[in-house]
Amino acid sequence: MANRKIRVLVAKPGLDGHDRGAKVVARALRDAGFEVIYTGIRQTPEAIVEAAAQEDVDVIGLSILSGAHMALVPKIMRLLKERGMDDVLVLVGGIIPDEDVPKLKALGVKGVFGPGTLTQDIIDFICRELGLETMPAMAAAQS
Amino acid sequence: MHLPDAVDTLISLAREGDMRALARLISVVENDGTQARQVVERLFPHTGRAHIVGITGAPGTGKSTLVNAMARVYRQRGHRVGIIAIDPTSPFSGGALLGDRVRMRDLVGDPGVFIRSMATRGSLGGLAHATDDVVLILDAMGYERILIETVGVGQAEVDIAASAHTVIVVEAPGLGDDVQAIKAGVLEIADIFVVNKADREGADRTFLALQTMLGLGPRRVQHHGRTMTVHEEAPAPDRAWTPPILKTVATRGEGVDAVVDAVEQHREHLRTTHEGQRREEIRIRRELYRILQDALLSRLMERLPPSSLDEVIQQVTSRSVDPYTAAQQLIARAETQPVTR
Amino acid sequence: MYDKEEVTRVREAKERWEETTVQQALARFPERYETFTTVSGQPIRRLYTPDDVADMDYLRDLGMPGEYPFTRGPYPTMYRGRLWTMRMFAGFGTAEETNRRFKYLLAEGETGLSIAFDLPTLYGYDTDAPEAEGEFGKCGVAVSSLRDMEILLDGIPLDKITTSMTINSPAAVIWAMYIIAAEKRGIPRRQLGGTIQNDILKEYIAQKEYIFPPEPSMRLVVDTIEFAANEMPRWHPISISGYHIREAGSTAVQELAFTLADGFTYVEAALERGLDIDSFAPRLSFFFNVHNDFFEEIAKFRAARRIWAREMREKYGAKNPRSWTLRFHAQTAGCTLTAQQPENNVVRVAIQALAAVLGGAQSLHTNSMDEALALPSELAVRIALRTQQIIAHETGVTNTIDPLGGSFYVESLTNTMESQAYDYFRKIDALGGVIPAIEKGFFQQEIAEAAFQYQMEVDAKRRIIVGVNEYVEDTPMEIPLLEMDPQGYERQVARLREVRRTRDNREVLKALREVRRAARNGTNLMYPILDAVAAYATLGEIMGVLREEFGEWEEPAWF
Repeated sequence: MANRKIRVLVAKPGLDGHDRGAKVVARALRDAGFEVIYTGIRQTPEAIVEAAAQEDVDVIGLSILSGAHMALVPKIMRLLKERGMDDVLVLVGGIIPDEDVPKLKALGVKGVFGPGTLTQDIIDFICRELGLETMPAMAAAQS
Repeated sequence: MHLPDAVDTLISLAREGDMRALARLISVVENDGTQARQVVERLFPHTGRAHIVGITGAPGTGKSTLVNAMARVYRQRGHRVGIIAIDPTSPFSGGALLGDRVRMRDLVGDPGVFIRSMATRGSLGGLAHATDDVVLILDAMGYERILIETVGVGQAEVDIAASAHTVIVVEAPGLGDDVQAIKAGVLEIADIFVVNKADREGADRTFLALQTMLGLGPRRVQHHGRTMTVHEEAPAPDRAWTPPILKTVATRGEGVDAVVDAVEQHREHLRTTHEGQRREEIRIRRELYRILQDALLSRLMERLPPSSLDEVIQQVTSRSVDPYTAAQQLIARAETQPVTR
Repeated sequence: MYDKEEVTRVREAKERWEETTVQQALARFPERYETFTTVSGQPIRRLYTPDDVADMDYLRDLGMPGEYPFTRGPYPTMYRGRLWTMRMFAGFGTAEETNRRFKYLLAEGETGLSIAFDLPTLYGYDTDAPEAEGEFGKCGVAVSSLRDMEILLDGIPLDKITTSMTINSPAAVIWAMYIIAAEKRGIPRRQLGGTIQNDILKEYIAQKEYIFPPEPSMRLVVDTIEFAANEMPRWHPISISGYHIREAGSTAVQELAFTLADGFTYVEAALERGLDIDSFAPRLSFFFNVHNDFFEEIAKFRAARRIWAREMREKYGAKNPRSWTLRFHAQTAGCTLTAQQPENNVVRVAIQALAAVLGGAQSLHTNSMDEALALPSELAVRIALRTQQIIAHETGVTNTIDPLGGSFYVESLTNTMESQAYDYFRKIDALGGVIPAIEKGFFQQEIAEAAFQYQMEVDAKRRIIVGVNEYVEDTPMEIPLLEMDPQGYERQVARLREVRRTRDNREVLKALREVRRAARNGTNLMYPILDAVAAYATLGEIMGVLREEFGEWEEPAWF
C-alpha cells in the first residue's frame, strides 16, 4: 500500500469551545504528513463515531478541557466497540487529572496528553503505536 | 467485528449496508492501484444510476453550507445522498486539513447520508485523484445524488465539469468587487449559478453582475464552452440550457429548494437531449485517460532501476540535460529494459 | 520630552558603545540568541535610551493619573487610595457548594465576588438537558433557575459587595436572576454593583461560546447596555474581554487591538440605538489577560488606556472624563499554567499578578496552581489569594503611581504596541468592521496562526517553559485536588424538577410568550426576561425561545 495515508479525526466532544489545542494539534499533524479530519466543537459522541466510521480513520484525537471526559470518553469508547472500531487508536488531550488517566486507559484510550504537551510527542506517539518508522511527511520526502 | 481485508468481502458487506465497509472501500481506492482496479471492476455493473452534482466556488462563498442544505432537501424528497468534500493536500508535507464536515453537522445520524472528506493528494484540478472512483463506489451503493464539493481555491476548478453531470458555481457578495467565478475561470462550466448569502449587502450587485456577464456571452455558455477546452469541436446541443441564477441563504435553508429543483431540471435536460450522452462520453474519456496515464506511468517506472529518476532529476537540476530530452531518455531506457521489479 | 541636542548626544554615545564596548564583549561572549523577542514575538533591542522615546510629549502622551489620556492610571491616587479589588473567579458543582466557597473566600479577605458558571449554563441549557451530558458543575456552578441563584447568593451582602459574572450568550437571563434574587431580599436594583461579562464578540473571535448569530447577539448586548443606563447606575453591563482572545493563542498586540476594536463596536451599536454616549460609556469595563512577558503586559495596559481615552474623546465625542477612562479587571494567564510540576505555577502567577498591579489593574484574579489539572482546591485558591495580598502589603509597589512610567523601555514598548494596534484597526476597517471580519474568519485565523507559531517555538525549544521542555522531572509532584459532591447532579436535577412542578406554569407560559414577542418586535428584552425569571421560567426555557427566534450560529473551521 504505497500511497496509504494515515487519517486522523480531531474532534471536540461536549460543550467546551476552547479549540486552541485541537487546532494546533490538527495543524501539526497535517505538517507531519497526516490527513486530518477536523470536525469542530460541540460534537456528540455519536457524531464523532459516525464521522470516524465514514472517514475510515486510523486515529481519533479527542480534546476536552471542561472536565467532562469521564462522561464523554466512556460513551465514545462504547460506541466504537459496538461498531467493531476498537482497533482505532484513541488519544485524549486536555485537562485530565492524573487519577483519571488509568481509568481512561482501562477503557482503551492509548494516550493521554495534558497541557504543555509538545506536538512532536503526539506525532511520535502515533507513529510508534501505528508502527510507522518515520512520520509520514518524512517518508513522503524520501520516496 | 474488525473489518476484513479482502475486497470481495468488503463489497458484500458494503452492499448489505455496512457503512464501515463502504468507508474502507473508499480508502482502498484512495490508497492502492491494484486493489482500486478490483473494486471498480466489481462495482462498475452496478453504477450509472446516480446523478452527480459538482459544487464549486471561491472560499467563503458557503459551499459546505449549501451542500449541507441541499442534502437536507434531497433527504426530504427521499433520495439517498453521498457527499464528497475535497480539501487540498499540503505540497510540503503531503498531509491535509479536511474541515468541511464542520458545516454538515445537521446530517449526523441520518443513515441515508454518507459524507467523505478527501484530500487532493497531488491532483491540481480542484478534485482529489480518486474522486471518480469514490463517486463510482457511492453510485454502486445506491446513493442517488452525489454532491462533490471542490477545493474552491485558485484557477484550476475545471475538472469538476468532467466529473459531474451538473455543475453549480457558488458566488457570494462581499468577497471583492468582481464576480469570483470570472477570476477563477469557471464561468463557462456552470449549469447553475447560486448567489449565496443573499441577505447580505451587495447580493443584488453580484446577481446583476452575473446576469450582465451571461447576457454578454450567452451562446458560449449555452454551448458549454468547457467542452471546447476538452474537445476540439463544439457540437451544437439540440436544445439550449440557460444556466439559471438563483439566490440562497444556505445557513437558513432559504432558496435551496429552488436550487435542487434546478438540478433536477438539468438532470431531465441531460436525459432528454443528446447533451447527457455527450457528457457521459467526455466523463468516460477523461477517466480512461487518467487510468491509462497511471498505468503507463507505473509500467514505465517498473522498467527503470529505482535510482534512475533521481539521477535524471539531478542532471536536469544541474542543467546538463533539458527535461524533454531527459524524459525521452527515460522512456528509451525503459523500452530496452526488462522488468526489474 | 528631551532636548533634541541631548538626544543626538545620547544616540551618538550609544552608537559608539555598540561599536566598541559591546563588540568587545560579544567577541568574548556571544549573546544567547540572535534576536530577542517578547513572548508575543515582538523584537526587543539590547538597550533603550531617550533616543527611543524622543518623540514623546509628556503631557500629551502620559499626563497625570486620573487625567486624560490616563496612560499612568485611571484614578488620581491609585493604590494609595484604594487597593484593587481582589476578585477570585469561583464556581463548581451545585449552588450550595459554590456558596460555601464564596463565604470561605470572603472570610479569607477577598473583596469582590466573581461567579464561574458551568458549560450548560454558559450555553443556556438546563442541567438536565441532553446537550448538557457530563458537563454539570465541571467548569463552574450550574444555575438553571432563579432558585439556584437564590441559594448561590444566600447570606452574601449584595448591597455591599460587587459581583462579577462570567456569562455571555445568556447574560441577560443570568443577570435578571441576580436582580430578582436581590430584589426578593429587599435590595433595590439601583443599589446593585457588579459586572456581567456579556461580551459576545470575543466569543465569535476566540472562546466560541456563542449561541445566536452576531446580529441578534449584538441586539441583546445593546438591550442590556440600555437597561443598565436606565435602571442600574452602579452596574457594568459589559466587560469587554481580551482575556479569552489571549488564551486562544493571540499575541499581546492582537489581544489589545481586537479587544479595543470590540469595544468600539459596542459603542457604535449603542449610539445607533440612540443612546447618549456619556449615558453608557462610563459603565463599560474591560478584562485583560496578564501573561508571562512582564514588561510587554504592563505596556499593553498603559497603551490600552491611552488608545481608549483618545478614541472616546476624539472620535466618539464623549464629554464626561469617566467615558474616556478604561478600567479593567485582569486575570493571570490560564494558558501559562503547566500540568508538569504544578507548584511552579505559584511563581508564574505571582509574577503575572505583579505585572497587573504595575499596569494599573482595578481588579485582579490570580489563578491557582492546580488549574492545569482540575478545578482549584481550597488550599490552592488560598495561596493564589495570598499572592495578591503579599503584593499589596509587602512589596511596596503600591506606594507610588505607575512606578515604571518614564522607563525608556516601557514607554517605547507602549508606543510600539499602540501603533501596532492602530495597524490592526485599519485592517479591521478595511474588512468592513469587526462583524464582517468575524464572518470572514480574520481574527480566528490571526489567532490560530499565532497559537501555532508559539507552539512550534516551544516544540523547537526556541522558548523554554520550565518543567515542560527544560528542567523536566519524571516524578510527578502530587498536589491534592478538589473533590466534588458526588450527589450534586442528582440534587440539582431534583431541585430543577421541583421548580418546574411547583411554579405557576400558566404564568411561565405567559412570560415566555412575552419574551418571544419582544424578540420579534425589537423592544428591550430585559423587561420580559425579568418577568420570566421571576415566574421561575428556567434558563433553558427562556434561551430556548430565543434560540427559536434568533437561530443558532456555526462557524467554518479556520486554521
